[in-house]
Amino acid sequence: MKPHMSLSIMFFLAFGYAFLYIPIAILMFYSFNISKLVTVWGGFSFKWYGELLQDQGIIDAAWSSLKIAFLTACGALILGTVAGFVMVRFRRFRGKTLFSSMITAPLVMPEVITGLSLLLLFVSMDQMLGWPEGRGTLTIWIAHVTFASSFVAIIVSSRLRDMDISIEEAAMDLGAPPLKVFFVITLPIISPALVSGWLLAFTLSLDDLVIASFVSGPGSTTLPMKVFSSVRLGISPKINAIATIIVIVVSIGVVFSTWIMLQMEKKRKLEIESMMPSNA
Amino acid sequence: MKNPMKKLLRGRDWVIAFPYLWLSFFFLVPFAIVFKISFAELQIARPPYSSLFEYGEEILSIKLNFGNYLFLLTDDLYTNAYISSLKIAFISTFYCLLIGFPMAYGIARSSQAVRNLLLMLIVLPSWTSFLIRIYAWIGILKNNGLINNFLMSLGLITEPLALLNTNTAVYIGTVYAYMPFMILPLFTNLVKHDDALLEAASDLGARPWKSFVSITLPLSLPGIMAGSMLVFIPVVGEFVIPELLGGSETLMIGKVLWQEFFNNRDWPVASAVAIVMLIMLAFPLAIFHHYQSREVL
Repeated sequence: MKPHMSLSIMFFLAFGYAFLYIPIAILMFYSFNISKLVTVWGGFSFKWYGELLQDQGIIDAAWSSLKIAFLTACGALILGTVAGFVMVRFRRFRGKTLFSSMITAPLVMPEVITGLSLLLLFVSMDQMLGWPEGRGTLTIWIAHVTFASSFVAIIVSSRLRDMDISIEEAAMDLGAPPLKVFFVITLPIISPALVSGWLLAFTLSLDDLVIASFVSGPGSTTLPMKVFSSVRLGISPKINAIATIIVIVVSIGVVFSTWIMLQMEKKRKLEIESMMPSNA
Repeated sequence: MKNPMKKLLRGRDWVIAFPYLWLSFFFLVPFAIVFKISFAELQIARPPYSSLFEYGEEILSIKLNFGNYLFLLTDDLYTNAYISSLKIAFISTFYCLLIGFPMAYGIARSSQAVRNLLLMLIVLPSWTSFLIRIYAWIGILKNNGLINNFLMSLGLITEPLALLNTNTAVYIGTVYAYMPFMILPLFTNLVKHDDALLEAASDLGARPWKSFVSITLPLSLPGIMAGSMLVFIPVVGEFVIPELLGGSETLMIGKVLWQEFFNNRDWPVASAVAIVMLIMLAFPLAIFHHYQSREVL
């Protein structure tokens, strides 16, 4: 499509972005409100951030959420990359349709169904095998890796599809074993997809309330569970403060990683160009 | 020459087996267990359901309880919740399409440099917390919230409008939270369209509206379907939005399932609710898989 925009389309874009961003902006604005009434401005203050630091329950929950999210991102990156690779590079194998459905279905599956089904699996396993004993961080991790790896697989597979396969073939022809080709050629080329896959898995895990509520046990409360239980009691400036921190951290993360990926892309292009015989 | 080939094949099988087994065990098998427990009876025990299979005196007896499904059929609450969830999901999808299509079109029409920025701005909110984005609307919609305060200070209304805890609030929340999922597949589709088709149509005297309806719209059908399913399917089972923004008039099956499980602790009925929901979503899931695997996989 060629760049060309009519006035009505520009109006729609402005309206759409305002709709997306105004609520977040309002939320962040009122986190600096001294008044306890969230929607009445009383003056500027960092009071609620101070109270947040005093709240041991929230800090513990945030810490355990970050740990689970980090481990989920690593697990989902491995599982999702292999799954995406299998989808794109192995043209045919028995049960491929089932395999690809198991990758696409978790993208849209209602969370209450995923949560309930995984909980019942863990309870049945506990009954029959005695493992995993009780529920907690481990069961949340397994649940998160399973649904986050689908997202990683989609990102990785679309990148693999766009990639020039002749480089891999050249390495194979020169006698490199498949595993070496994968680690030395394929992985570096798809590394931008790996970065965004890891980050997406991290934020999906950090954000999940419903699935974690089903599969967590006593003593493993995540940050969204903590936020949810206090939101149910009504709105409080403390939640606005948590929200502001999350939004700022995520925005910095996304902008920074996009910048890194653009740099990596540029460097790779230069390297490939310098290797072209016509440039020599 | 034969041996390395065999080894390669074996390596390939291992590579396939790892994600295949993981996903089968943690995504497929759980549904079978939900199906099994939907035929159990509620018991005061840990776990709170009866076992279906009893083996004693060389007789294997299987006890299937159809009561949970009959209960869903006879109690109006469940039927109404299913119908109302489908309706809310359908209308939300329609609104997402109504706002999302012109936006995706605009982004696809912008210049390369602006396009990446606009796309990032669409994705960015969905990377921040879903829960918090829904929470933001409570402060805006409630009785002494921003909209009501603003309208009352202008003197347009004297009594606050009931906005929070209504179906309207649920629609606002779903459209707000799910719109990025509509825009992204639409954009991926629209950006690939060949302008030559539109130019040819205009050369032949077609009006812009006519060429939109007979060229752009049919070509973007895969994007429309993928985006619509990405919104429709999860919204049917949505829990957080009806819980935080909905009121007593809002009836959604995801919330019913949650309450059966957490408040009534009736795992067998919750399982039956989930199985019926899955059956209802089987066709939309198949549509989604069809278009998704064509677009991305």
